[in-house]
Amino acid sequence: MSNLAWIFVSTLIVNNFTLVMFLGLCSFFGVTAKVETAWRLGLANTIVLLLTAVCAWFLNAYVLSRAPFLRTVAFIVVIASGVQITEMAVKKYFPVLFRQLGIYLPLITTNCAILGLALFQTSRHYNLLEAIVFAFGAGFGLTLALSLMASIRERLELADVPAVARRMGLVLIVASCLSLAFMGFAGMGSAE
Amino acid sequence: MTTALAPTAEPLVPGTPPPATVLQDVWRGISRENPVVIQMLGMCPTMAVTNLVANGLAMGLATTFVMVGAGLFVSLFRRHIANEVRITSYILIIATFVTLADLILAATFPVISRALGPFMPLIVANCLLLGRAEAFAAKVGIPRAVADGFGMGMGFTLSLTTLSALRELLGRGTLLGFPVMGASYEPWVFMVLPPGGFFALGLLLLSVAWVGGRRKRNVQAR
Repeated sequence: MSNLAWIFVSTLIVNNFTLVMFLGLCSFFGVTAKVETAWRLGLANTIVLLLTAVCAWFLNAYVLSRAPFLRTVAFIVVIASGVQITEMAVKKYFPVLFRQLGIYLPLITTNCAILGLALFQTSRHYNLLEAIVFAFGAGFGLTLALSLMASIRERLELADVPAVARRMGLVLIVASCLSLAFMGFAGMGSAE
Repeated sequence: MTTALAPTAEPLVPGTPPPATVLQDVWRGISRENPVVIQMLGMCPTMAVTNLVANGLAMGLATTFVMVGAGLFVSLFRRHIANEVRITSYILIIATFVTLADLILAATFPVISRALGPFMPLIVANCLLLGRAEAFAAKVGIPRAVADGFGMGMGFTLSLTTLSALRELLGRGTLLGFPVMGASYEPWVFMVLPPGGFFALGLLLLSVAWVGGRRKRNVQAR
């Protein structure tokens, strides 16, 4: 399996950002009540991830090698700007979606998946092409996890569960089962 | 430029917090508005680093440090930060303190720093920090902002330590690295793996909901 394809598959399922690496859990629990909103937020995240991956690569290559202690600050400013651009674009072209996502759209800034992507890409020394593939894998992985969770939660709405479990407790146990399913991919590719 | 930033210009959490004493501000973060078990904020570090008690404790204390520092500076500059750029300003203040905490931890406890890895700089993206800066620290004086940061940080530390103690005990049979379960104990490895994080927090939330429900029923019965 070629390197690029492997990076994609690895971030999409084996090391899924949400279910195995625990990144982006706020939106995973906050916006997964409806399938439609969930996968759209996943796509909005993917766009921000792509913007961030490219910007972070240029920052790493030309600026941060001289001032590594500014890494966290520089990345978060890039992400905040990327989110702002995405927010403006969504507001202009998809006003309905803009209203549906509400507070979770500006909150993409504090989605750890975005900053996590920039940090992992730095520590793994990815080149520009690898970074873009990594961002696509992470974005689709997020979208996959969000949509799966939202579909399960839509069914759970109709289930008769004990009063104690009506809120987040049950959702977390379901997330645990989903994560367990994704653990089945662990070890894939480690033999290469 | 103002129109471009307009989407975030209206406050995300309207209204000023009700008056309270400094002690009440501290206690609220630990109990009634506990960031993890009640507000469900800062989920990513909560689950990612709680496989060992040492990691959970270090993450909790580092977050407390950042919360107190950010509360102090957000409150100090609350009259000087323009409304349109406030989120970015808060993030910058938080990022500065996170960098400080990251470097201090790397210099004093290199082993824990390596174990936490990218989750140390990821404190920036903890929604708890930005949430409290926006909803609380930007609207009150310095003592209350610092008290709230300290309380929330302590509540966070308490939940993380509880969660990591549960996971380390069941998953490895140890606490802070010392074996406590005896030689015959078969470690429940599931608990230190990623699904165990979701499972342990799910159990914690279910027990909190159970205790809360019982207390409510007792009050009604009386």
